[in-house]
Amino acid sequence: MIMSIKVRYFASLKESLGRSEEEQAFGQPLTVREVWQRANAGKPLPPHILAAVNMDYVDLDSTVQDNDEVAFFPPVTGG
Amino acid sequence: MAIKISATEFDPWQEIQIYQNSALRAGQFGATNAFIGTMRDFNDGAEVKGMTLEYYPGMTEKQLEKIVGEAQQQWAVLDALVIHRVGAVLPNEPIVLVAVWTAHRGDAFDACRYIMEALKSKAPFWKKELLVSEDERWLAANTKGYKTD
Repeated sequence: MIMSIKVRYFASLKESLGRSEEEQAFGQPLTVREVWQRANAGKPLPPHILAAVNMDYVDLDSTVQDNDEVAFFPPVTGG
Repeated sequence: MAIKISATEFDPWQEIQIYQNSALRAGQFGATNAFIGTMRDFNDGAEVKGMTLEYYPGMTEKQLEKIVGEAQQQWAVLDALVIHRVGAVLPNEPIVLVAVWTAHRGDAFDACRYIMEALKSKAPFWKKELLVSEDERWLAANTKGYKTD
């Protein structure tokens, strides 16, 4: 089964990667960390980066499902 | 409860009054606690002339609703209003409003503080400052909120 995952990036991470979102297709279940690695050619996840799946915070070791939206972003600085 | 993301300048005092008149019954509440965050023209040793606030549409609102829900579980909150600016912001413009209505003051102080601190650490907003020197810089992390120098 092919899993289709939307990957999004925000703020300084988006700027340094030069893109804000992409669709990725995977042939097997992956963790959030593996989604990052597949989407970024094995480049290590920068320190302090947070992750969300379907707009909820998750651990990098949690597993993604078909049609999930995975987001990576730096520590938040609102307020 | 109301959560608003505003792409334009808002008047927090007017918003508090309008919301109170529309959502709360006179006589029901005995305490209103409001926090307003305003943009400074200095930060971290530099003069700042503007900033851009980015957010994650959908997740930001979802996390703010969750935070207010957590406060409602811990304190006797009658109602709460959260407004946060996004986009281009200038010094002296309000960035954030957290207002909480309760019957008694302790619940109002504590719930407002909780919502504000949780917003600072969990709500997906990111600030990019434009300095007077024309340099731009992303803020790396929020501070604990006390003067340190």
